[in-house]
Amino acid sequence: MGAGQALKKTPLYDVHKEYGARIIDFGGWLLPVQYDSIMEEHRAVRQQAGLFDVSHMGEIRIVGEEAESFVNYLITNDVTKLTDGKIAYTVMCYHDGGTIDDFLVYRIDQETYWLVVNAANIEKDFTWIQRQAEDYNVKVVNESEDFAQLALQGPRAEAILKRLTDYDLSLIRPFEFAMDVPIGQVAALISRTGYTGEDGFEIYCDSSDVEGLWRRIMEAGQEDGLMPAGLGARDTLRFEAGLCLYGHELGPDINPLEARLGFVVKLDKDDFIGKDSLVKVKAEGLSKRLVGLKVLGRGVARQGYPILNAEDQEVGYVTSGTLSPTLKQSMGLGFVPPALAKPGTQLQILVRQRKLNAEVVKTPFYKREG
Amino acid sequence: MYPEDLLYTEDHEWIRVEDGVATVGITDFAQNELGDIVFVELPEEDEDFSQGDAMGVVESVKAVSDIYMPLTGTIAAINEEILDAPELVNSDPYGDGWLIKIKIADELELDALMNAEEYESTLE
Repeated sequence: MGAGQALKKTPLYDVHKEYGARIIDFGGWLLPVQYDSIMEEHRAVRQQAGLFDVSHMGEIRIVGEEAESFVNYLITNDVTKLTDGKIAYTVMCYHDGGTIDDFLVYRIDQETYWLVVNAANIEKDFTWIQRQAEDYNVKVVNESEDFAQLALQGPRAEAILKRLTDYDLSLIRPFEFAMDVPIGQVAALISRTGYTGEDGFEIYCDSSDVEGLWRRIMEAGQEDGLMPAGLGARDTLRFEAGLCLYGHELGPDINPLEARLGFVVKLDKDDFIGKDSLVKVKAEGLSKRLVGLKVLGRGVARQGYPILNAEDQEVGYVTSGTLSPTLKQSMGLGFVPPALAKPGTQLQILVRQRKLNAEVVKTPFYKREG
Repeated sequence: MYPEDLLYTEDHEWIRVEDGVATVGITDFAQNELGDIVFVELPEEDEDFSQGDAMGVVESVKAVSDIYMPLTGTIAAINEEILDAPELVNSDPYGDGWLIKIKIADELELDALMNAEEYESTLE
């Protein structure tokens, strides 16, 4: 974010203030990092429910006769497998296989797709997509300003939302969505998706409707212990659930196979941007691989800290790390050579000149039951 | 809201002086700004430091913050309890959440520290 550019606010900025939020600059957006305590907000989402304002996320609509083949060319996952009302997680790569962004693709119909992209990447994605669209009969529309988004996450999410709508929410299965669902006076698009490792919904509505919707949901969730939750808890929750965060586990110098997202890279589908490079990477082997780390020594692994092998040689780097609120254990994610990626491998993390022992462990660190 | 019997630094530390020994902790303002504290790194006993030296680290879920020596001196004791229960720094910053005790080398340095009223005025 260059100097002189005004920081952006979501339509809920004043509401966050009212709830006592601590506001931070997150990639040019003024957003709540926490209301009271990250630990408590985290716990609320794992045990009851939390409500997040994620209106900063971007929405890009792709419409036209060739929408399906265009989106399929743009991304690594295969949208031809989607039917109306279904969602796919995907990454979008450069020709060299580096990652531009990771996002959800909503199939509204065969000629209309909706991409929900990371806030910090909206302009970059939109420019890239527009440029690729020149040879296709499609229209690319940046709708990010028009929509607000709330994420209601946690085991009580459905019970809470049920009180506000006659729509049978059980019909919306994971990675599915419904449009024009009436919640009070508001018509919203609701998907059963999230970034926390819990059941829950992401709710999209007109920016002008979101304040009323926020208040109604908070009120309806009071008896279930619903808490407003900020970016801090959003990060610790996705971290435990082993979900990548762009700028940490993903970036232009990281391909999706390295980030262990091979399940969204469909090398057997028709041509797509980055395919040749990723086929080559797969044939030649990865140079680095994302692993989970359990920090055995006393300390916290943070992004950028070096990872050393048992012989004290630097072999990789930490991408994310914190004390896992659920496990009460210092954990990390980071890149190491594939030969050191096996669970049980003993490594070290360099924390302010101190070497902490760490062990490669499976991800996710947390998986909900059922 | 800030205890009257303590001295304060601009780095949001408090100091209680008894018999040439200063007990040091972080203020309620500091613990609140940091949020949930998950890890504390403290110096070793008998280490010598000058005023202003970074002597330890307090980490919250999101952030890493250095803690500075408010006075020149020798570490007389560290609070071992907070190494295993860093949340004490949040819940009881002026009591069980203390960090270190310093054997003061130069009592004159105390004169430059703030009283509660002065400290509170820096927070406005």
